Amino acid sequence: MVERRPLLNALSHVVLILGVLIVAFPLYLTFVASTQTSQAIMQAPMSLLPGDQLIENYSAALMGKGAGAGAKAPVARMMTVSLISALIISLGKILISLLSAFAIVYFRFPYRMFVFWSIFITLMLPVEVRIGPTYKVVADFGMLDSYAGLTIPLIASATATFLFRQFFLTVPEELVEAARIDGAGPMRFFKDVLLPLSATSIAALFVIQFIYGWNQYLWPLLVTTNENMYPVVIGIKRMISGGDSEMQWNIVMATAMLAMIPPALVVILMQKWFVKGLVDTEK
Amino acid sequence: MASITLKNVVKRYGFGKSTNQVIHGVNAQIGDGEFVVVVGPSGCGKSTLLRMVAGLEEISEGEISIGQRVVNNLEPSERDIAMVFQNYALYPHMSVFENMAYGLKIAKVPLDEIRARVDKAARILELGPYLRRKPRELSGGQRQRVAMGRAIVRQPQVFLFDEPLSNLDAKLRAHTRLEIQKLHRELGITSLFVTHDQVEAMTLAQRMIVMNDGVMEQFGTPEEVYTRPATTFVAGFIGSPPMNLLKNAPDAKPGTIVGIRPEHLDITAKGWSLNVDALEMLGAERLVYGRWLHGAGDELVIVRCAEDHPAPELGSTIHVTPRAGRLHAFDAATGKRLPI
Repeated sequence: MVERRPLLNALSHVVLILGVLIVAFPLYLTFVASTQTSQAIMQAPMSLLPGDQLIENYSAALMGKGAGAGAKAPVARMMTVSLISALIISLGKILISLLSAFAIVYFRFPYRMFVFWSIFITLMLPVEVRIGPTYKVVADFGMLDSYAGLTIPLIASATATFLFRQFFLTVPEELVEAARIDGAGPMRFFKDVLLPLSATSIAALFVIQFIYGWNQYLWPLLVTTNENMYPVVIGIKRMISGGDSEMQWNIVMATAMLAMIPPALVVILMQKWFVKGLVDTEK
Repeated sequence: MASITLKNVVKRYGFGKSTNQVIHGVNAQIGDGEFVVVVGPSGCGKSTLLRMVAGLEEISEGEISIGQRVVNNLEPSERDIAMVFQNYALYPHMSVFENMAYGLKIAKVPLDEIRARVDKAARILELGPYLRRKPRELSGGQRQRVAMGRAIVRQPQVFLFDEPLSNLDAKLRAHTRLEIQKLHRELGITSLFVTHDQVEAMTLAQRMIVMNDGVMEQFGTPEEVYTRPATTFVAGFIGSPPMNLLKNAPDAKPGTIVGIRPEHLDITAKGWSLNVDALEMLGAERLVYGRWLHGAGDELVIVRCAEDHPAPELGSTIHVTPRAGRLHAFDAATGKRLPI
């Protein structure tokens, strides 16, 4: 739209800026709180200008040296746990769903539609519904307090399988035939043709699943009891449940800020990549 | 280089009661280095036949050999063929070079040799400046040439073309037709070319197979097919306007159909009497549509006369005479050609 209407321009900017403020204010508050001493936060009203405790608070959080009640596991360790689980979940999901979609679309095996529908039906079952039995299985396998326990139950994904299936169905049949004439076997075709063509879907899915994995709360809460295996989201929660004693809000806020950084980075970095992918797309 | 032999080739889909037979026993012998066009209306099974030769469809019955080898149970890549698809089927994420080189790379041809072969094909097809581009950066005609290049670099025994020209505009199609002819002259590779376009078939073919409903109606040179159609289907399919197939011609024997091409009817003072029903001016020539004066239903007789010939008036009566030796006769029951 090319229009010259200064009033409308101004109005739309006001609306946009208001929106940004509403979204950004809590973030800002978190940041401000993470740079002050815990006494300064307790004062009412709390100062809206950053304090001078930035380095002290963040290093205390990372090393787990905060004074006071609640869990004191080092945030650096929790971030590592979160990062590893989120990566295993997102990459595992992508790998498994790519392969199962490949099987469903390109191979004529018996009960193919049955397999497809049973995968599809699990779409409607959120983790919470099957959490009891899943916990039992994981516990019986001795996978509590391990990366396996944190990630494997979350890897199987109907959504991603379905997404890739829909994408593979749009790949022209002739491409498959051309590859057969060129002598490419199924896995070769998968690697040389399907994977590069699905790069954009993979990127989009990685972003979504990484954040899904990073933000997992209920499941890690069940399967981890050892501070060493807390993901950072659980860590924050354990920090607050401190009982009567004084709460280290500055450390909690610093932890929250730290917990936000990796997903934000993934979104920002991958966004560039998949916008490029969208521009390069064939259709 | 190799010949292709089809022996009683049958294709069925489905099992038991829902079996649907689409090819009913095709026999053909395609010579070494020959350019054969398979032509027929859509749904006649011509593409299926080609895909069976390529190995993309299973052969339900019969035998296909390329050279001396029976290829029924060989994978497409083992049959020593190359195929050009209707929509080209280029790998969208690979450059023109990679598209052409992919088959060779899988066959583990050394890189120097791949480069030499692709360069040679690119030279023949004038694709040199585009080797680094992706297919989407090329025009339709260029993509078509890349698809042909991909076939050439494999140095196959047989080229298979599945309606490769139908996505091109008319001008480019005529041009590409000539290029394919030139290519075939230079490389001399046995080629099987499927099309529904009779002009393509007539111009490209050394010999052509006319198919209808999964049956091979005729296999012969374009001249043979045009001048001596084996069945009423061929007579009606090849040629535009098609041959007149007349049940009610005055001198027809009962149980036969008389065939005469519109250009072999001359307007004369005496002869078959027709009532002029419609006129069409095509530029170089004029089509006259007539009905039998002796009142035999709605059978139309088409007469083609030169543009400088005076046009008869609508509703008037004309007399036409078939040229000597140009009449055809067909069995009315089987549609087969009868000796005159």
